[in-house]
Amino acid sequence: MNDESTLRAGEEASAYAGAVEERGRVNVALAGRGVGTPKPNRRPSAGRTLPGVLASRWLGPGVALAALALPYLNSSTYVIRIAVDALIFVMLAVGLNIVVGYCGLLDLGYAAFFAIGAYTSGLLSTRYGWPLIATIPVVVAAAVAGGLLIGGPTLRLRSDYLAIVTLGFGEIIRITANNLDFTGGPDGLYGIPGFGDFGLRSDIALYWVTAVVVCLAVLFAGRLGRGRLGRAWRFVREDEDAAEAMGIHTYRVKFAAYIAGAVFGGLAGVLFAAHQTAISPPSFNFLWSALILMAVVLGGMGSTPGVVAGALAISLLPELLRGAENWRYLIFGLLLIVAMIFRPQGLLPARAGEARRRGRRVRGGAS
Amino acid sequence: MSEVLLDVRDMAVQFGGVRAVDGLTFRVHEGEVLSVIGPNGAGKTSAFNCITGFYKPSGGTVTFGGARITGRRPAVIAASGIARTFQNLRLFGDLTVLDNVRAGMHVRIRQNFLDAMLHTPRYRRGEDAATAEAHRWLDFVGLDHDRTAPIRNLPYGEQRRVEIARALAREPRMLLLDEPAAGLNHGEKAQLLALMRRIAGLGIAVVLIEHDMGLVMEVSERIVVLSHGKEIADGTPAAIRSDPAVIEAYLGAEDEEAHAEAERIAAEAGPGGTTEVES
Repeated sequence: MNDESTLRAGEEASAYAGAVEERGRVNVALAGRGVGTPKPNRRPSAGRTLPGVLASRWLGPGVALAALALPYLNSSTYVIRIAVDALIFVMLAVGLNIVVGYCGLLDLGYAAFFAIGAYTSGLLSTRYGWPLIATIPVVVAAAVAGGLLIGGPTLRLRSDYLAIVTLGFGEIIRITANNLDFTGGPDGLYGIPGFGDFGLRSDIALYWVTAVVVCLAVLFAGRLGRGRLGRAWRFVREDEDAAEAMGIHTYRVKFAAYIAGAVFGGLAGVLFAAHQTAISPPSFNFLWSALILMAVVLGGMGSTPGVVAGALAISLLPELLRGAENWRYLIFGLLLIVAMIFRPQGLLPARAGEARRRGRRVRGGAS
Repeated sequence: MSEVLLDVRDMAVQFGGVRAVDGLTFRVHEGEVLSVIGPNGAGKTSAFNCITGFYKPSGGTVTFGGARITGRRPAVIAASGIARTFQNLRLFGDLTVLDNVRAGMHVRIRQNFLDAMLHTPRYRRGEDAATAEAHRWLDFVGLDHDRTAPIRNLPYGEQRRVEIARALAREPRMLLLDEPAAGLNHGEKAQLLALMRRIAGLGIAVVLIEHDMGLVMEVSERIVVLSHGKEIADGTPAAIRSDPAVIEAYLGAEDEEAHAEAERIAAEAGPGGTTEVES
């Protein structure tokens, strides 16, 4: 059995090598005959290297390590501040990716959960003097409650209807925060404490907390997407009726996606509150929801590396374009349009594939 | 005769003024191979959709394995042991062949979100078992193709097989096949016939909607004929072939295809009676 499978793997590998070689020979032949530019040459080579890196087991740990090492490379206040913003944005994008990318539910009001998280922890820490870390269970509960409240009526709807209703709810949450005295009205909340200094410079301490939380969030979101529930999300995205016919309760599955997204958004809100120390309703306007969605679409819906890349691009590009002064948002917009024209499927699109299990190829032996 | 598995009584469904299914009554027994035939628009697929919960019947009852399932949610009905395929393939196009088959096992895989996030031993065991089982079902339907490829890259006939494998992975007691031979060539039809026999050999009841009469006559133990949403005949293939009401229903239909079919049935009903699959 084992020998058989290794044999098969060997065969596959040699077949692949053969195919590659053949392609190379064809290209050489084409070039030799002077037939135009050997266009197919570029595609296969790009197709071999980029997914190779992306499929590597070490990609995730490598990026996480780089994120954790940043303060050693450059610890200026400016860089740390931008990096924390970017990491929080990554977490939001990864959370929204569960809803939009995995489950195919277009949510235009994702900033609502971000607001719920930020306000819950902000209120508890400023009004009642809770340490920020202690607010996390309450934030999770509030995010779940918010998900139930918004998802309950809306998830029975499909596609466009869902998008419109979530857009409405996103605004409702923001306007409610704006109109309640309890939440500080238009002034919002200020003086939100951080997680503590751990004997470090306070912004660097927060950076590391954020980096660890966001790395774990990316890891967990990706794993969730590959497990039983994650598969169910994709079944629902691909064909709701067929999923039902397999005994999958699609309403519950969509709910689970929505609530998982809400929890990620809520926790990102806590980090945001700690980072900003002051929050107010305009921090959670529709532009946020749109930008997070943009990050997911730009990166590649349903692809964890893609969404991380998309979020980094969306959050860092305006900073990198600072040199362009007043033109920078124009250039930013143009770059996004160009990116979507040339890579409509996203920077690093999700590809159907099977999880690699460290060489252990399980195979049934019925035949 | 073995026990009644599915009992449909007076089932009805309307779309506006059209009675697609109009007082349909029939039974399926444990482990039986039953075909449902009838002219186009006779209500065959509507009946399937009512049984599996995709349409809410406006009247009548459906009982499966002794429990009433009328008007229940499709997922609940599927979980109770009815699996189906669709008239037009309904696969998860962007996902791999294996993932498609794993969909059938979804309700049996024991794993919660923490297992998935933390990759607990239970997660690994469950995933390995699911993968092994998916391969077993794909072997069972005879899929000879890269199973890690996205399903939409497979040829049509192979996709049909995967859809059946996915339904079988649900481990149903009854399998509803809606025109499984549509679009298949002769060789593939012969393989389908053999596959249906293997499925019946597992003790799974098979209910088949099919227009290919050769296949129907060959594989069915019993045939139910629908016309205008009602059953007009119910019996063995031999009895159905010579049933005047059936011939009338097909000839009475205005559909050209139905005429052709009726003529074929009449021809097949000739003396001798043994039919061969056209392959």
